Amino acid sequence: MPIEVNGKAFETDEEGYLANINEWEPGVAEVMSKEDDLELTDEHWDIINYLREYYEEYQIAPAVRVLTKAVGKKFGKDKGNSKYLYGLFPYGPAKQACRYAGLPKPTGCV
Amino acid sequence: MAKADFQVPVLKQYPEIPEIEPGVMAHSSPFKSKPQFQAELGFPGELVDDWQTKAIDKMGDLLGRYRSLRVYLDSCVKCGSCTDKCHYYLGTHDPKNMPVARQDLMRKVYRRHFTLAGRLFPTLVGAEDLTEEVLGDWYSYFHQCSQCRRCSVFCPYGIDTAEISMAAREIMDHIGVGQKYCNEIIGKVYKIGNNLGLPGPALADTLEGLEEDVFDETGVEVKYPLDQEGAEILLVTPSADFFAEPHVDGLIGYGKVFHEAGVSWTLSSHASEAANFGMFIGSYENMRRVALRIREAAIKLKVKRIVFGECGHAWRVAYSFLNTLAGPWDFLDPRYPIPQHICEFTHGLIQEGKLNLDKSRNDDMVLTYHDSCNVARASRMGDRPGGQFDLPRAIIRATCNNFYDMDEETIRDRTFCCGGGGGLLTDDLMEIRVKGAQPRIEALNNVMQEKGVTHMAAICAICKSQFTKVLPYYGMDLDQIVSLHQLVSNALVLTGEETDDEDEAADEAA
Repeated sequence: MPIEVNGKAFETDEEGYLANINEWEPGVAEVMSKEDDLELTDEHWDIINYLREYYEEYQIAPAVRVLTKAVGKKFGKDKGNSKYLYGLFPYGPAKQACRYAGLPKPTGCV
Repeated sequence: MAKADFQVPVLKQYPEIPEIEPGVMAHSSPFKSKPQFQAELGFPGELVDDWQTKAIDKMGDLLGRYRSLRVYLDSCVKCGSCTDKCHYYLGTHDPKNMPVARQDLMRKVYRRHFTLAGRLFPTLVGAEDLTEEVLGDWYSYFHQCSQCRRCSVFCPYGIDTAEISMAAREIMDHIGVGQKYCNEIIGKVYKIGNNLGLPGPALADTLEGLEEDVFDETGVEVKYPLDQEGAEILLVTPSADFFAEPHVDGLIGYGKVFHEAGVSWTLSSHASEAANFGMFIGSYENMRRVALRIREAAIKLKVKRIVFGECGHAWRVAYSFLNTLAGPWDFLDPRYPIPQHICEFTHGLIQEGKLNLDKSRNDDMVLTYHDSCNVARASRMGDRPGGQFDLPRAIIRATCNNFYDMDEETIRDRTFCCGGGGGLLTDDLMEIRVKGAQPRIEALNNVMQEKGVTHMAAICAICKSQFTKVLPYYGMDLDQIVSLHQLVSNALVLTGEETDDEDEAADEAA
C-alpha cells in the first residue's frame, strides 16, 4: 500500500514501513504521523533526525539504551529515558519513530 | 498506548473454562513470507503448482524421520484432558485452539493418506484431504500455537502438540507458504549474525556504551568484550539483550557476574544470537545452520566454555539438541557443563559465596517469577531434576528480600506461556498475543492483589518483549517485567565499587 506525499507515491510494506529508505523525505514522516493523529513537534524531529543519522552510520536503528543515552546527552538528562520517548511516540520509539524516519522495522525478540 | 481493535479479556480471580465460540479466531493469520526470505532458507518462494502432492510427500518424509510424529498422530483417544490447558483456547474461546483440535487439523490429513481405514473409508474415521480450506486452517491455527508444550504435560499419552505444529509449518514452508516473521529473521542470522540484524560495529558501539554506563554507576571497569580471541567463555545471548529493555539490564548483569568471577569472556559478532527460529518452523536443516554458527565462533575464538544468556527456546536447543546439531564439543573444557546456562553459572558463584549481594538494593520491588515454557518443559539446569525451576528462584531469593510465587497451577512445569512464543512475537498477531497472555496475567494480577507483587522476573527474551507489549492492554505497566540478571546486577556489590555510604564518608572526611 503506497502512501502519497506531495503528489509522489512511496511504496510501503504490509506494516506501513517505507520499502526503500533512500526515497525518504521529511514529508513521509508528516503524512505517516497525520495518519496516526500525531502532530510532529521539534522534539519529535530531534528523534527522527537522530535515528536517521545513526542508521546512516550503523545500518540499524539504535538500541533503546543507546537512543535514550544520546537523547539525554543532546537534549538534557530529563529527556534521556524511555518514558519521555514513549510520551512522544506512544507506539514505542523503536517502532513508531523508526517508521516515520523511513527505517526498516526492527525484527527479532523485541 | 495499547489501543485494541479487539476485546481484551477481563481478568478474573479464579480461572474460568470458557464456553466455546467456534471460528472466532479464524481471521488470525500472520503475514506470509516473501519469495526472497523463502529462498534464503531453501524453500520455494510461493505456493508451488502441485502443492497437495508435495505436502503429502513432505508429511511422509517427516513421518519417516520422526517416529514420535506418527505416534502422536496415532495415539490420541480423545479423552479431553488437554482441552482446557491451552492459553490460546482459554484466552480466545475458539475450539480449534484446543490442543486436540489443533492436532486434528493434521491428524485428519494424516489419516487420509497414511492409514488404511482413512484411504478406504475417509468419512468414517474423520479423514480429510488437504484442501485449500484445510491449508488455510493450518496456516491460521498452527500460528496460534506457541509450541509451549503445556498440553503435553496433561496428556495421558504425552502427545506433544508443539512437534505437530512444527511439522505443519515445515510442510507449509516446503510448498511455499512460510511465515514472514520467522523466515525473514532466520535470513538475517545468515546474513548478519543475529535476529535483529545488528552489524558488528553497532554491536561494538552498544557494548562500549554499556561499559561507560557501568563505570559511571559503580566506578568499576567492567568489560563487555566482543570477538576477543582466547577468552575462556563464549557468551551466546539473544540479540534483544543488546537492543531492548529490560533485556539489556540482564546483559549488564551477566557482565558484572563474569567480572566478579574473574574469568575472561567474550561475545561473538558471528554468533551474536542465541535464538534459533529454525526450531519454531520445524526445520532441522535451518536449525542446524543457525546452531553451527556457534560452533564456528567457538572454534575461531578458541574458547573453552560456552554460556547461554537468558533466552527460553535457545536453551532448549542448547541443552537438548546442541550436541547432535553442532557437536562434538571435544575442544571445550569437559569440567564444565557443555553448554552452561548463565543461571547455572551465577548460582554456582552464589553457592561458593563469591558474590557480595546486597538484597536491600532490590527492596523497591516485590518479585514473582515467570517460568518460561521452553526452559520449564524442555530442558533442565543444574544436576538435579527440577533445577530449571529451583535455580532461578534461588537466585531471586539470594538477590531480593521480597519474593512470592504465583498460583501453583500456573508455574513450574504447568507454567502458562507468555503468549508470544514459538514465532508469534509479531505485531500482525497482536490479538492472539494479548488474548493468549490472559491466563498468565490473571495469575500475576492475583499475586499482585494478594501479596503486593510489583514486578515479574523472566529469563527469556521473548517473554520479556511480549509482556512489555501486552501488560499495558491489561492496565499494567510495561516496566513491571524485569530480567533475572537485572536483579543480580542491582544487588551485586562489585569489588572496589564506590557505594553511596563511602561517598558520604569521604564527604564527611573532607
